[in-house]
Amino acid sequence: MNKNLKDWIDITSGVNVRKCMRCGKCTATCPSYNEMEYHPHQFVYMVERGEIEPLINSESLYKCLTCFVCVERCPRNVEPAKVVEAVRLAAVRRQGKNHLSAEQIPPALDDDMPQQAIVTAFRKYTK
Amino acid sequence: MQTFTYYPGCTLRTKAKDLDLYARVSAEALGISLVEPENWQCCGGAYTTATNEVATKLSAVRTLMAAKDSEGLITVCSACHNVIKQTNYDISRNESMQNKVRQYLDLGEAYTGDTTVYHYLEMLRDVVGFENLKSKVVKPFKGKKIAAYYGCLLLRPSKALAMDNPENPSIMEDFIKAIGGTPVIYAQRNECCGGYITLEDKNQASKRSGAVMDSAENAGADMIITACPLCLYNLKKNSGSSLPVYYFTELLAEALGLKEDSNE
Repeated sequence: MNKNLKDWIDITSGVNVRKCMRCGKCTATCPSYNEMEYHPHQFVYMVERGEIEPLINSESLYKCLTCFVCVERCPRNVEPAKVVEAVRLAAVRRQGKNHLSAEQIPPALDDDMPQQAIVTAFRKYTK
Repeated sequence: MQTFTYYPGCTLRTKAKDLDLYARVSAEALGISLVEPENWQCCGGAYTTATNEVATKLSAVRTLMAAKDSEGLITVCSACHNVIKQTNYDISRNESMQNKVRQYLDLGEAYTGDTTVYHYLEMLRDVVGFENLKSKVVKPFKGKKIAAYYGCLLLRPSKALAMDNPENPSIMEDFIKAIGGTPVIYAQRNECCGGYITLEDKNQASKRSGAVMDSAENAGADMIITACPLCLYNLKKNSGSSLPVYYFTELLAEALGLKEDSNE
């Protein structure tokens, strides 16, 4: 286990993962549940156990919609989305480039696509 | 006339012109003066909750500082509202962040979160008042069943946004009543539409937006209203439903007699 990485995730998220009581409400209410390999509750307990590499390498990072529903509904105020965000930041910084490249954007656009979608997709996957 | 700083954000000047135009004409008719700051920047679209991330929060801080001497900062787009309020909330509680931002922006003194941020709907509720609004309606939406779609960005995280009850909100339903319509309550009104995933995964976006539209239709809605350009896009383009979707400001302007062509 990489203690430095775990410490960095804890500081960056600002979350105390040990508060989790494993009720699974975050995952049950997640709108991306079916799309994820690792679910919000798994992010929390895997970070607690220091199993961070599988999370960093998972596409689940980019399925989170940052809708904050897990933050709102956690009965222990663990705030799982903040853990996901910290791991995503670690992944983006390590790979040294954005999750999306500029060349991928034009084919994904249509005339009605709001700028907000493009800005958000980029901002979320870069830092 | 009360004067507020008005932040439109990137999309209101491009793909969401109706959201912007009808917000401005309605505010004027309601006695609210909206002043746009010069050279505003995009808010960034998504807030990063990372405690050690500073650079991506700076554009929101610039906007907050531009409103320091007015009665408050008004946003209309749900995403701008979310990013700017979360930035304001976090910076007000984090002295180290205040210092870092002061150094990045080369400020004489630190910004400590003094600006009050209102979503346009909060301005209608808390400054204009829904009773007062009701008295100014000339074309009520009588008999219209209108479903309010909050999505995620207007309400959550409620600690920072402090707009309404995040699980049982009423501000949009009260707005609908004020303009003479009948609000429709449905299960998916505060669940996510899929957001920006539409760029990478149309299938996921269509599942989410379809669930929202089905839920509103099953509850008997004639139309659905939103404050978010990306929600409007997903609900219209990705849901597969033909239920009409409008910005809440379009209905506001129409009820106030400021919009000629009816979209009903």
